[in-house]
Amino acid sequence: MDENTFDIIILGGGAAGLSAGIYTSRAKLKTLILNEGVVGGQMVLTDEIANYPGVENISGFQLARVMKKQAKTFGCTIKSNAKITGMELDNAIKAIEVNNKTTYTAKAVIISSGGRARTLNVPGESEFQGSGISYCATCDGDFFQDKEIIVVGGGNSALEEAVALTKYASKVTIVHEFDHFQAYPSAVEEARKNDKIHFIMESTIAAFKGDTSLKTAIIRHIPSGKESDMRIDGVFIFIGYVPNTEPFKNLISLNERMEIVTDENRQTSIEGVFAAGDCIAKRWRQVSTAVADGTIAALSAAEYITKQ
Amino acid sequence: MLQTGLTHIESQDAFNKIINENENVMICCGRMGPMCVPVYESMEELEDEYTHVKFADMEFDIPDAHVIRSLPECAGFMGLPFTVYYKNGTVVKATSSLQSMDQITEILDEQFAK
Repeated sequence: MDENTFDIIILGGGAAGLSAGIYTSRAKLKTLILNEGVVGGQMVLTDEIANYPGVENISGFQLARVMKKQAKTFGCTIKSNAKITGMELDNAIKAIEVNNKTTYTAKAVIISSGGRARTLNVPGESEFQGSGISYCATCDGDFFQDKEIIVVGGGNSALEEAVALTKYASKVTIVHEFDHFQAYPSAVEEARKNDKIHFIMESTIAAFKGDTSLKTAIIRHIPSGKESDMRIDGVFIFIGYVPNTEPFKNLISLNERMEIVTDENRQTSIEGVFAAGDCIAKRWRQVSTAVADGTIAALSAAEYITKQ
Repeated sequence: MLQTGLTHIESQDAFNKIINENENVMICCGRMGPMCVPVYESMEELEDEYTHVKFADMEFDIPDAHVIRSLPECAGFMGLPFTVYYKNGTVVKATSSLQSMDQITEILDEQFAK
């Protein structure tokens, strides 16, 4: 086997991909994990994991490190900074082109591309990230001591973080697109009884403006379409997650939420292509469920290769 | 001290030594939070590839981190980490908050071209 030929290629090195890599490389299958960003995926974004069985308390960063080490110890090759620029999944030998230059081939592919925080995708949002716009209350909350801020969203994260941010901010305005919240009633009640929290319902943010830092949010009332400027120091956005499945859109079956559809063996609509973790259609997204998916996908892929 | 595999800068003296003794330096100043950790991870991954760049981290909350916190290039920054790039001891670029591997390599390739 030459250096670009593998038994299995795994796309994504989060909890699901690393687990799959641990299993396939331990089964002596030549395995390559290709990772566009950082190994560990969204796991590294978690400060403390206290419900991962067998480990009392660990940071997501440390857990990811151990998983990566395990995969490498068993002989798995991990390549970071690898952007997929081409894919051929339909044939018996699957081909993945990376960074417009190197093509790797394998008998089976496991997609574990994960998800990412959803953005509003409005003018000014990327420009002011880090100078007024944040996606992490625990990271950046203390920059907004005695300042007025907006929290966008209506789920549990949005309401819980809004309450947490009142520790710093003088006023927190929750802007939410519906006339009701999706969060648990207890989280809604907690926010409602906090004097510092105000609500703007059935509204969204149309744009952000400022100079070197954020100064104004343009708020649009959805039913009327009416827009108004709000002078603001900071905006925290918590509007859920989206799966990283754009590259697979016209190749394999996705559901209406862009999640990859798999059967119970984590087989996708293409033979020899499996999927695991946050990118697949499922109800619960935890490190433990990603690990389980990755394990199932790895064992299914190994069985598929043996039968070929 | 930050729990990373990078070189840790723990004092102003150590900071001066690093930026004066290395032509190209990238310093990430942050905490062990979700926006900072991916930047440290990217830097660790890039250490093998960018051997002409010195990668280091610095804990945001130690007093000596004022060397980063009070930089004019970081004025208006309201998101961790503060990441600063030095060429021959001079700031050539600074970013606030999470940066992707792509964003980091773009800066490294532009500022520290071989």
